[in-house]
Amino acid sequence: MRQEGVLRHAALRLLGLIPTLLVLITIAFFLIRMAPGGPFDGEKVLPPEIRANLDATYHLDEPLLQQYFRYLGQIISGDFGPSFQYKDWTVNELIARGFPVSATIGGLAMLLAFILGVSIGTIAALRQNSAVDYSVMGVAMLGISIPNFVVAPLLILVVAVYAGWLPAGGWDWSWQRMVLPVITLALPVIAYIARLTRGSMIEVLHSNYIRTARAKGLPEWLVIRRHALKPAILPVISFMGPAIAALITGSVVIERIYSIPGLGSYFVQGALNRDYTLVMGVVIFYGVVIVVLNFIVDLLYAWLNPRIRYDEAQ
Amino acid sequence: MNSKVESKSAELSVDDPFAAAFVEQDIRGRSLWVDAWHRLLKNRAAVVSGVIMTIMVLLVVFGPMMLPWEGDFTDWDNTSSPPSLETGHWFGTDAVGRDILVRTLEGGRISLLVGLVATLVSLAIGVTYGAVAGYYGGMTDRVMMRIVDIIYALPFMFFVILLMVVFGRHIVLIFIAIGAVNWLDMARIVRGQTLSLKNTEFVEAARACGVDHQAIIRRHIIPNLLGVVMVYVTLTIPQVILVESFLSFLGLGVQEPMSSWGALVNDGAQDMESAPWTLVFPAAFLTVTLYCFNYIGDGMRDALDPKDRL
Repeated sequence: MRQEGVLRHAALRLLGLIPTLLVLITIAFFLIRMAPGGPFDGEKVLPPEIRANLDATYHLDEPLLQQYFRYLGQIISGDFGPSFQYKDWTVNELIARGFPVSATIGGLAMLLAFILGVSIGTIAALRQNSAVDYSVMGVAMLGISIPNFVVAPLLILVVAVYAGWLPAGGWDWSWQRMVLPVITLALPVIAYIARLTRGSMIEVLHSNYIRTARAKGLPEWLVIRRHALKPAILPVISFMGPAIAALITGSVVIERIYSIPGLGSYFVQGALNRDYTLVMGVVIFYGVVIVVLNFIVDLLYAWLNPRIRYDEAQ
Repeated sequence: MNSKVESKSAELSVDDPFAAAFVEQDIRGRSLWVDAWHRLLKNRAAVVSGVIMTIMVLLVVFGPMMLPWEGDFTDWDNTSSPPSLETGHWFGTDAVGRDILVRTLEGGRISLLVGLVATLVSLAIGVTYGAVAGYYGGMTDRVMMRIVDIIYALPFMFFVILLMVVFGRHIVLIFIAIGAVNWLDMARIVRGQTLSLKNTEFVEAARACGVDHQAIIRRHIIPNLLGVVMVYVTLTIPQVILVESFLSFLGLGVQEPMSSWGALVNDGAQDMESAPWTLVFPAAFLTVTLYCFNYIGDGMRDALDPKDRL
């Protein structure tokens, strides 16, 4: 019964994604078309014939609405069109090149944040109101407050320039070049997860079944591992949706600072160069990624939380 | 409200000190605000943060007037000079000899201004939207909140960047762009609060006594919304400052000759190897501000809603 409920819920949520994505594409399309100046307004003025040819090639001479539906049709068939700035590249190719890099850094950062955040939060909760708790939470607040574009240059300065332990930037898929970006990206998420875990763990530790577990003589670490951890982690799971969005946003800055050829770098370059198709492609692509990952997180939450029932009408 | 309480007890204390003490205690115990204020004062981190922020605001507003340098003055005798008392550049200078202290304080004006104004924009949109949805309820509410859900799922930062690309990098547009994207949480919170307030006993009691709708909203709904909204405003300000610095860092925010902490951190990061002080001072100011705002917001949340501790 419960399985069925979860499945039906999943199907409904999947259908609910369609308007979100449609709004996303529509806003992105019309916003970028409202921009003053086109992709061909460069330093030198093009002869009108060439200009007309270019406009015709990219369908810029058609009425806006027609362009919109053309673009919509293209997107649905999974084609983001050619990039205006990178002449020989399609947006699909740029995404295919940049996304694996961004996804690697983001995925590793998420993993690190989850493990460290939950551990730190649990330790703080076990020593609630002690010096350990206060200092750990103070540091966590610092992690939330220091923007990652401040952390990144400082880390480069100390670890790479002064100490010379790791390279300052660049990308070649080696772990040495991954360490600093992943840590920088993970820091604020570690801090948030630690705070969340601490809060929910304190609440869970005060509940009756934990008292029972302790009363029957289980050692403390087993009480935590077997009984407290799962319910305490639930708020962290639901935070993973926003965390994913934060990681993707953060990666824009991180990739720029560490000169990593990820999707974020392409996006900023595209934004600065008014590369319509690239910017729209990346926004829509990331929109889809965020929406789909949120959906997965939502299912994961439902699966982990036995208190949720989807068989009732919502 | 506060002053009324005090004047009343003062009047009474003339002829009956015992009654005065009783009255004062009684009213204090019931007032949400006085109660919350006391709880906030007990939160040491929040109080210290409040003091630091007050000093920071005073520094940022009046500091540049006190210093001998202008923000765009270039001291060619002292380019990239480290912090020193002798040259008068306490925080050092950048590659073209501009005083880092003045630039940091002036950048702070922009950062704090953006934080405040963009938060007010999101406050105005969010409170109106949320209150309307919550008050009318039913179908209106469902449609309005569904729209919020849809927008909520969009990659927010990318849209701010899109807005900046499309409409140019004017400072007023930064206020509007950030504010226009940041109102969703506010709308959700206000709507939820309005919905639950609408059905509380004290509102019903007021209605039963024949108080009209406007008075109910003014006397009972708004004061109860205010706490949540205030907490949220304090938590939104650092977020907005962060977003603005993020944009400026990417070169999409405020433009020269104006500056903000984000833009200064970006400049500093360019020549941090030769002149680390150009990075460290603006970064420190930005971080301290965000840190303090977060603590104040946390403290206020604990003070106004002790149930919902994180």
